[in-house]
Amino acid sequence: MKHIKTLNKANLKKSAAKGGCGECQASCQSACKTSCTVANQKCEHAK
Amino acid sequence: MIHQYQLNGYNIVLDVNSGGVHVVDDITYEMIQMLTPPLRGACPKDVADRLSEKYTKQEIAEAYHDVYTLYENDILFSDDEYEQFSDMMVSSPVKAMCLHVAHDCNLRCSYCFASTGDFGEGRKLLDAETGKKAIDFLLVQSKDRRNLELDFFGGEPLMNFGVVKEIVAYARSKEKEYHKNFRFTITTNGMLLNDPVIDYINQEMSNVVLSIDGRKEVNDRVRVRCDGSGSYDSIVPKYQRLVEKRGQDQYYVRGTFTKYNLDFAKDVMHLHELGFDQVSVEPVVSDPKLPYALTEADLPRIFEEYETLARQLIEKRKKGEGFNFFHFMLDLDQGPCAIKRLRGCGCGNEYVAVTPDGDIYPCHQFVGMEEWKMGSVLDNTFDLKKKSYFAKANIYGKEGCKDCWAKFYCSGGCNANNLQYAGDVLRPHKLSCELEKKRLECAIMMKAAMADES
Ligand code: SF4
Ligand code: SF4
Ligand code: SF4
Repeated sequence: MKHIKTLNKANLKKSAAKGGCGECQASCQSACKTSCTVANQKCEHAK
Repeated sequence: MIHQYQLNGYNIVLDVNSGGVHVVDDITYEMIQMLTPPLRGACPKDVADRLSEKYTKQEIAEAYHDVYTLYENDILFSDDEYEQFSDMMVSSPVKAMCLHVAHDCNLRCSYCFASTGDFGEGRKLLDAETGKKAIDFLLVQSKDRRNLELDFFGGEPLMNFGVVKEIVAYARSKEKEYHKNFRFTITTNGMLLNDPVIDYINQEMSNVVLSIDGRKEVNDRVRVRCDGSGSYDSIVPKYQRLVEKRGQDQYYVRGTFTKYNLDFAKDVMHLHELGFDQVSVEPVVSDPKLPYALTEADLPRIFEEYETLARQLIEKRKKGEGFNFFHFMLDLDQGPCAIKRLRGCGCGNEYVAVTPDGDIYPCHQFVGMEEWKMGSVLDNTFDLKKKSYFAKANIYGKEGCKDCWAKFYCSGGCNANNLQYAGDVLRPHKLSCELEKKRLECAIMMKAAMADES
């Protein structure tokens, strides 16, 4: 593709189908405890 | 839904529903601005006409071809198919707890949301019996969840270190019987760290958060002892020792920026120069009337600072000297699933805070707001009505979040901030939204810059 460079391979939609198990870290526990940011967290199943 | 923006010389298009991130050239950027889905095989005539003032027919056809390919692959203008999962945004087991082991503190940081440690409720330490009851509560309420998180929080938790150890030992002794895996974390101001404490933390805590604001003058202006003297000189060597002994990256040095240090990129860099490579520096959230508060008027300056920081981090990374800045961390391929992203922070639903009195609150920032108390681990009361209220505090329950481009990254903001500064748990605090979105734009731009390298 000449005009576009896509940075990721994964599609968020696919993650929904098998997601939601709730085993990963609660978002606010990670560092700041003053805000919610989920995108920087890890899925328990990502290896 | 898409979000497109230009930053640091990059034209970036985020496809919200698929999470697709595209770096595009100028013609494509302009074209995407003019298009509305559904798309067809050929570029709409009005769009082509407008572009023809600047670009040739062939360029337009080629660019459209690329755009259309992404569209067909469902990574541009992709549909919102998430409503079907909204029934997964319901009450779930409690699996994370913030345990307030000390409502007391040996520092007097002026911006402390805990009113210098006691949350407005008087200085108190948690006793081991109440702590164990909190563990029992978590063991039962977590139902089928295996991974349980317990954060030792305060005030300053190390003021009650003996009880921390007792609770850890107790929780560990129950892991097998209940098929659970405890992950402990601790948030400390560092004053009481010494070698035995450091070794204990490094052995038992899966994460440790070390509070420090950055440069000495910045830190010592706010993070002061009872006598008014600064804490910097005391804590820096202790943190360095802890991190050196720890030998891994599950820790954070964590600071707050206020109106006093809008040049906070310098503080981030300073913390890195001290030898820390996991750094978090976050905006203070406070009553806008307070002298150090951040307000809308500060936004342009803060945005500029985030951009500066992003550029500096890119430079570092390109030299192989990169480090993590918590709020710019983003994994475009393996982040959390969409459900987790839509569910919100979990406050009052899968996450609760427990005070030295055994009282249960939705989260650490609600502690002391009597009307939000959810129950007590001492008599095992737990207000399930409040719990389902918080379960609804997800993207679909909050004003405007559903239509916000940042929803999969932000997850609906902080309920406590919403309540305190926007007047309602379900009404996003606008200033926080603006900051969140800016950080995201920077984080994504950094990915574009790094992809440019390879
Ligand atoms: S562990 Fe993974 S799949 Fe499970 S809720 Fe978390 S992000 Fe989603
Ligand atoms: S940035 Fe604000 S509006 Fe957007 S998802 Fe987050 S809280 Fe909601
Ligand atoms: S309400 Fe705010 S402070 Fe409380 S858990 Fe959620 S994001 Fe964290």
